[in-house]
Amino acid sequence: MVQSQVGTGGTDGLVSIPALLERNVAKFGASPAYREKEFGIWQSWSWAETASEIEALALGLINLGVNEGDFVAIIGRNRPYLYWSMVAAEMVGAIPVPLYQDANAEEMAYVLDHCGARFVIVADQEQVDKVIEIQEDLHQFEHLIYLDPRGLRKYDHTHLHQYSHVQAQGRAARDEWIGELEARKAKLDYDSICVMLYTSGTTGKPKGVVLSNRNVIETARASSKFDDLRLDDEILAYLPMAWVGDFIFSIGQAYWTGFCVNCPESPETMMNDLREIGPTYYFAPPRVFESQLTDVMIRMEDASSLKRRMFDYFMAHAKKVGPDILDGNEVGMIDRLIYRLGDLMVYGPLKDTLGFTKVRVGYTAGEAIGPEIFSFYRSLGINLKQLYGQTEATVFITAQPDGQVRADTVGVPSPGVEIRIADNGEVFYRSPGVFVEYYKNPESTADTKDADGWVATGDAGFIEESTGHLRIIDRAKDVGKMESGAMFAPKYVENKLKFFPDILEAVVFGSGMDRCVAFINIDLTAVGNWAERNNIAYASYQELAGHPRVLDTIQAHVEAVNVSVAEDKMLSGCQIHRFVILHKELDADDGEMTRTRKVRRRIVEDKFEDIISALYGPSGEISTVTEVTYEDGRKGSISATLEIRDAAVRDVTQGIAAE
Amino acid sequence: MKDSSEGYTTEDGRKIGGVVMEMKNITLRFGGVVAIKDISFDIREGEIRAIIGPNGAGKSSMLNVISGFYVPQEGEVWFHGAPRPKMRPFQVAQQGIARTFQNIALFEGMSVLDNVMTGRLTHMKTGLFAQALWKGKAEKEETANREVAERIIDFLEIQAIRKTPVGRLPYGLKKRVELARALAAEPKLLLLDEPMAGMNVEEKEDMSRFILDVNDEFGTTIALIEHDMGVVMDLSDRVVVMDYGRKIGDGTPQEVRNNQAVIDAYLGVSHD
Repeated sequence: MVQSQVGTGGTDGLVSIPALLERNVAKFGASPAYREKEFGIWQSWSWAETASEIEALALGLINLGVNEGDFVAIIGRNRPYLYWSMVAAEMVGAIPVPLYQDANAEEMAYVLDHCGARFVIVADQEQVDKVIEIQEDLHQFEHLIYLDPRGLRKYDHTHLHQYSHVQAQGRAARDEWIGELEARKAKLDYDSICVMLYTSGTTGKPKGVVLSNRNVIETARASSKFDDLRLDDEILAYLPMAWVGDFIFSIGQAYWTGFCVNCPESPETMMNDLREIGPTYYFAPPRVFESQLTDVMIRMEDASSLKRRMFDYFMAHAKKVGPDILDGNEVGMIDRLIYRLGDLMVYGPLKDTLGFTKVRVGYTAGEAIGPEIFSFYRSLGINLKQLYGQTEATVFITAQPDGQVRADTVGVPSPGVEIRIADNGEVFYRSPGVFVEYYKNPESTADTKDADGWVATGDAGFIEESTGHLRIIDRAKDVGKMESGAMFAPKYVENKLKFFPDILEAVVFGSGMDRCVAFINIDLTAVGNWAERNNIAYASYQELAGHPRVLDTIQAHVEAVNVSVAEDKMLSGCQIHRFVILHKELDADDGEMTRTRKVRRRIVEDKFEDIISALYGPSGEISTVTEVTYEDGRKGSISATLEIRDAAVRDVTQGIAAE
Repeated sequence: MKDSSEGYTTEDGRKIGGVVMEMKNITLRFGGVVAIKDISFDIREGEIRAIIGPNGAGKSSMLNVISGFYVPQEGEVWFHGAPRPKMRPFQVAQQGIARTFQNIALFEGMSVLDNVMTGRLTHMKTGLFAQALWKGKAEKEETANREVAERIIDFLEIQAIRKTPVGRLPYGLKKRVELARALAAEPKLLLLDEPMAGMNVEEKEDMSRFILDVNDEFGTTIALIEHDMGVVMDLSDRVVVMDYGRKIGDGTPQEVRNNQAVIDAYLGVSHD
């Protein structure tokens, strides 16, 4: 690991998150650290108030018997209290482990058992119920702390504690425990564990990624500098707390720069809260940008014709010159004037509606974003950029610097990161952010990280020689060969398909076969709206998905993708010959996707084996029965007859001669 | 257990208090039609009391008698240990009784928040003039009432539709807004007329949870009419069963379920 970090991090005694908290109180104690909308009003806490809340909780945790080295699991939606829990846990020498709140009891049981959490801090009754359901299998589990007392009055409180009571007990016992707390805080150093995050696990069981204070603080320092993050920046914390990105943005960078973390009132009010806060620094996965764009387009289609014409005119203009203006390139006087006018008439109000008026730095990552979508936001003057990262890297591997932003790359190596491409195309990196280990899993640690600190990303890609930007093609293990020996990169094709608003999800098969076939999930919002406008009645997702006119539309999309895929010589074999529209949405509850909504290819392959073989067969339709799991865990099944469509493919004389 | 005036303890350990309201030999007629015939039962403090029965059994009429909207020709309604006189609707509200309706009765053009705020009307003391000027006491009062409304909005998880006109909401949410408005009056006795009618399973589960939470958090006494037997049996502490205007059963869900008259009314009797 690179140990040569000098300057601010580490050496000023800023070796832990609690130490950063102390500095923030001393330097800008009165400026806001957290806000949360509750009861219709934004409540806020300054850094000084935050420190006192966290101290009270930390004392309360010691009072409850939390020891150094204990694991404290934290489950719930983004709320200041839960962020404080993480810092308080760290302060008492314990290790915070945030979990995905929508995980079902079984997934939760695995993780809680794996880390041996003695304490669990949860948001509400729903999570309390889940933990109680699984507690018999958890040998180390002792106490449960909850935030919202609603519905919990009748529960047995021998091992159940209300958050505010734990704090109150901490305050009452301050004299008794403050010495102990100070002693524990003083023991924290740059190499002590800051947090443990479970990776969503596209394959197999989740792995606990251990990140040290060095990982988190070095990364926060370098990335804050890269984007010039400031004290007066505002972010909206709405992505899962268990995700490394949220930890870095809402804790790492927030404690490093001192900016304010705003928590929405409820998941449903997120868009409205975004507007009210007007964040200056914003992160969203591509699908959030996609659905926002879909919403805008749907609303524009319902607008009056004057408004629609104005929107079309100015958006066309923005597309032409917007990105250049944003990148500071040369743009003619007249074009600039029209853009200015467009800003007044369309872009400004639109950005205001979306809540992006003040965004100075915006990021998207996690998956490839559609070029259309990407340039839509950039042409409005929103500085949206891409980054490439992993939990194991404490997020940052590459990021796009201002002025060098493109839809098809993920940027240059972040400060302090070295990148190497292996012979098979797999991307490796080394940085101060490289994780310590996978908890209780030395084999996987060794598989992923070599003795010199190089980490395999599992992604295949290459560095563009002209720009030095990294381009990612696909997951390294998913890049396969077709029967002819041609390269098979399913994600590449799937992403092209998903760029159509009508297509929510696509899964392409063809490894080792003579041609490619695909599963399609339609986007119910977009297709449903289209159906409404065309007077197509439907009673269910399944019925709409099987409608002949929907099939026609999707077929046209597939054929358009084939044309574009055929242009790339290396990948022209990946054109889709046949496809079906699935009768159900791929769902995390059915195990077909991860909680971060990435398709689990192998599971889908096994589950829908009959449909795949039908796609390779001669038949024009397939009858199938699929098991589904409802949110409460009950199981049911749906049966359907799916129509299989052939799509036109471009005949390409391939570079690879057939044997 | 029900006969002791001190109340009883439910299976899940809740303490139920003394009698809040007592129906004494109620008979209600509309012209020649007898809607309710000689019914007596009581509602105790803190309990969830259900009135069930097949269509046309007289359930809604019964609820209207409880709310004071219908005055029975015979019998008396005792409230807090004294016979209740004939009352105007606002007097009913002032006594701490609030209700929801089978066919939603909200102000469609007003936002959810405004609808909930109307539930606070009985708690507003300042006059029209002061309200219009919105100074001093009126302003403080509005702020305090808004806070109560916001707590209820939070409680029923309808923050996302706070500013949405009620007319644009789907049926299930309207039902929830109606419950919110009833709760805003901070009632001691809450009457729910078919709170789950027309809902799907998920909406029913949500509504059941809210009803239980209301009872649990605020200690509100709840009387409800419901069609769905499963819901009633899960929610209620005690159930009155009506058929053709008569009471044919009264007791815990378990007792009612085993009552032959109830089984006959619901499943039919063979006449051979």
